[in-house]
Amino acid sequence: MLPTFTYVRPKTVAEALEQGAAEGAALHAGGTDLLGCLRDRVFQAGKIVSLSGLSELRGIAATREGGLRIGALTTLAEIAEHATIQERYPALAQGAASAASPQLRSQGTLGGNLCQRPRCWYFRGDFHCLRKGGGRCYAVAGQNQFHCILGGMGCYIVHPSDTAPALIALGAQVRIVSRGSSRLLALESFFVPPAQTVRRENVLRPGELVSEVRLPPAPAGMRSRYRKVRARGSWDFALAGVAVAAVLAEGKVQQVRVVLSGVAPIPWRATEAEAALVGKPLDADAIGRAAAASVAGAQPLSHNGYKIHLVRGIVAETLEALV
Amino acid sequence: MTRRRGSKGDGKGLSRRDFLGSVGASTVGAALTVAAPPLTAAEPAPQQEGLTPVALRINGRAERVLVEPRWTLLDVLRERLGLTGTKDGCERGECGACTVLIDGTARYACLVLAVEAEGREITTVEGLMNGEALGPVQAAFVEADGFQCGFCTPGQVMAAEGLLRKQPHPSLEEIREGMSGNLCRCGSYRHIFEAVRRAAEARG
Repeated sequence: MLPTFTYVRPKTVAEALEQGAAEGAALHAGGTDLLGCLRDRVFQAGKIVSLSGLSELRGIAATREGGLRIGALTTLAEIAEHATIQERYPALAQGAASAASPQLRSQGTLGGNLCQRPRCWYFRGDFHCLRKGGGRCYAVAGQNQFHCILGGMGCYIVHPSDTAPALIALGAQVRIVSRGSSRLLALESFFVPPAQTVRRENVLRPGELVSEVRLPPAPAGMRSRYRKVRARGSWDFALAGVAVAAVLAEGKVQQVRVVLSGVAPIPWRATEAEAALVGKPLDADAIGRAAAASVAGAQPLSHNGYKIHLVRGIVAETLEALV
Repeated sequence: MTRRRGSKGDGKGLSRRDFLGSVGASTVGAALTVAAPPLTAAEPAPQQEGLTPVALRINGRAERVLVEPRWTLLDVLRERLGLTGTKDGCERGECGACTVLIDGTARYACLVLAVEAEGREITTVEGLMNGEALGPVQAAFVEADGFQCGFCTPGQVMAAEGLLRKQPHPSLEEIREGMSGNLCRCGSYRHIFEAVRRAAEARG
């Protein structure tokens, strides 16, 4: 049985922000991550503020600029099956389709997928770790085969989202609303690495919520893909993954983003891999250099060195598949 | 998205000693004591004032139930309404045994608060019966021997029902993906996939 809490289902965003700002309140979108955390006592919430009454936060629509606006409460299944997303932003459709299981994709929302808590088994288990306000990271000397090889500092989680790397590769922004304010932020700047704080994974503060994700127009000639590797064939988090979005013209890479999942506490832009590709034909030579550069600066823990080879391999294969 | 990785091995298996890493043996007890999450205030017995009326529509019948906000749809189906066909497995969206249809889509009843299911159309395995006769998906599981111990079967049946409502004629690959949210400890997957194929044929 879940711990006790009170429950409110506001009818307006303003009311949800007001309720959500209260001490001990937690926002409930699809609820798949929240209820698991509450059941496992990862954190407590005295009040659940359900967003399910906020229909304006649902749905996918074209923007005036020719991009897409995806409401934060849009489910992963809706995104995976959306014809325009499949056609113009395939990396996002592939990311959404590769998350979790069919049942969870029909309930889990895009906003929730971006804001979900890490899956580190020490964080989820009965360990008072750094991220829960404790004094140490148990992964450093423990079982760390699923932990990060990049960007760890004190805490070695990986960010669990499959949609975030795809969205960052595609140049998406998030809208963050709070009482009396609304701002658009590059999704890349939404996530917070342990070097900044180990207590949260993104910039959201109490009283704020993600209302929508905005995709810019897909440039002519843009191709994108998301590749995810799991320890089993389905229904699992990424051991490692890569989202690539590239604009090719005259046989050369004009623009490219390479964003890794499953290997860093935030979706990780492999900027050195990108630099190895820009201005070059997408041939074996450039792909080889990009794959090698994709894990620049990696510092594996005792059991996750395999991720270096895994990332190089999937970066190369994903770039080859783009041609 | 609730799969917890606590049970996953890496081929070499997880030992408690490795998992606890350098926490010295003498400090393990202390570490675990400190690590224990703060208990929530002793859970009070349900009180009338803590209960909320919820109108649910289950297998075509209107039900009004008094619930605590923390009760899941699974709790209410099994404990309040006696619909024990829906199984209670992991209670954290990792096994699929509690799969029901909500507005025709397969979902985990353990991860849906009953208060969130208000006004939705809920179908449980009991709702697939044609009077006393098995429905087509249920019958296909019997014909194809789509189970051994049977505990996961109601969830498998509901996942198959949800899949076939969305994709009436799935390929084998689509069946495998569509059924991937339901685990079978007996490993009857090949027969389960065959049951779904037969059910698709039977439904026409």
